[in-house]
Amino acid sequence: MNKKQLERWSPLILMTAIVFIWQAICSIFNVSEFIFPSPARIWEQTLEYKGVIAQHAWRTFWVTMAGFGIAIVVGVLLGFLIGSSRLAYAAVYPLMTAFNALPKAAFVPILVVWFGIGIGPAILTAFLISFFPIMVNIATGLATLEPELEDVLRVLGAKRWDVLVKVGLPRSMPYFYGSLKVAITLAFVGTTVSEMTAANEGIGYLLISAGSSLQMGLAFSGLLVVGIMAMAMYELFSYIEKHTTAWAHRGSQNH
Amino acid sequence: MPDASPAAPYFVDFEDVWLAYNDELLARNQFAVEAIDLKVRSGEFIAIVGPSGCGKSTFMKLATGLRRPSKGKIRIDGQPVTGPLKISGMAFQAPSLLPWRTTLDNVLLPLEIVEPYRSQFKARKSEFEARAIKLLQSVGLHGYERKYPWELSGGMQQRASICRALIHEPKMLLLDEPFGALDAFTREELWCILRDLWTEQRFNVILVTHDLRESVFLADTVYVMTKSPGRFEVRREIDLPRPRDLEITYTPEFTDIVHDLRGHIGAMRKQGAVINQ
Repeated sequence: MNKKQLERWSPLILMTAIVFIWQAICSIFNVSEFIFPSPARIWEQTLEYKGVIAQHAWRTFWVTMAGFGIAIVVGVLLGFLIGSSRLAYAAVYPLMTAFNALPKAAFVPILVVWFGIGIGPAILTAFLISFFPIMVNIATGLATLEPELEDVLRVLGAKRWDVLVKVGLPRSMPYFYGSLKVAITLAFVGTTVSEMTAANEGIGYLLISAGSSLQMGLAFSGLLVVGIMAMAMYELFSYIEKHTTAWAHRGSQNH
Repeated sequence: MPDASPAAPYFVDFEDVWLAYNDELLARNQFAVEAIDLKVRSGEFIAIVGPSGCGKSTFMKLATGLRRPSKGKIRIDGQPVTGPLKISGMAFQAPSLLPWRTTLDNVLLPLEIVEPYRSQFKARKSEFEARAIKLLQSVGLHGYERKYPWELSGGMQQRASICRALIHEPKMLLLDEPFGALDAFTREELWCILRDLWTEQRFNVILVTHDLRESVFLADTVYVMTKSPGRFEVRREIDLPRPRDLEITYTPEFTDIVHDLRGHIGAMRKQGAVINQ
């Protein structure tokens, strides 16, 4: 196996190794399945409850995507606003930074009062936690235009809007796709956290109920499923990024 | 040759132009450029040389209408300058092509912005493309139309950048150290390309450069600018015969002019050193 292949398969190899060591520790020290379930036990319970898990996973998935969708719309609009206007940047940015520092889980009780138990708080928590990186990245892409290029266009009579549409937006696309990868994983965190206290369905809810009935294997299955979903979406956006903004990744292909 | 009869109005006409970058500097009488008087005939190629930071780029902004003077009058093509001048095209030291557009689409960009092309862009796209391809061919970029800027060498990118500045057939071309980042051989090659484009189309050129040989080889008139305050200190007509070939740069006449200009700049630098001490 050459170096390149090794690099490609390294995540799988590492994961397999971890699973084996985990299994070995559980078997050798005879750890109670109620305290720390072995991979075999987790797998067994995953299969046993696959219908239930799939149902909760689907719910978590679409709720996350709904929250993420709102995050894209709001993030892009706000990013466009603060990236294209110095005044808006000065006014909005400090507030946004303060907002971003707040733990989003702390919003869940408030959202429950407003929207009740169910999808409302989960979608909004996913949205609140994931729009910030999108906004910042769009704004950065727009705000870092080369002044010479702006002069070239302004001398032709280009309005601010022309410069933004012809140059600013395409330029910020790599930043945008980069931020989507980060934001989608955050959105899963938001949904799961919210479902733990404010839903009767979803992986978060499954984790809590499995925990309280000492079904540790099932609880771990829940974590596994969220992890897989987040990873799959990350890879999806990574793929889209590479194929839509190839010009920004040229370094790896030639030169 | 340009019409030099006294009745013909000058194409570029700076009348005692002063610029301070903001009101505070204006109040303190600190000007980026001072007392600029400049008369350029239609179709004339002028070069402005001087040490860095002497206000050459400021001068460019004035000439394109991107900045208004604090004092004085600027008329270009007979009209007082009140805003960005759409009859001009610009190119800088950095080619600043858009990496997500092909070379062809980069060259077409001005036509998507400047009127009257803008409103006709969709309808006449193939015609415009043909024009851009022809222009790219004339600078030796045939076959690179569909390539992306990052697939071109630095010299090729700069040629594309000059095509972008010329695609809307401007009456005035402003070049701010356009060849500064290129190696000596590529630079001389691009001098000839620029010479040929200008000979054919006879737009006005204002070339800002550090390179005295470049200015003497290309320009009809060379102006030497001093540093802080930015002033035009020396005006020198280059009466070398046209068309000029690269060989001319090795003749004594050429070298004498370059040497003479170098002397002016050297004298200025010495003065500056004395003041600094």
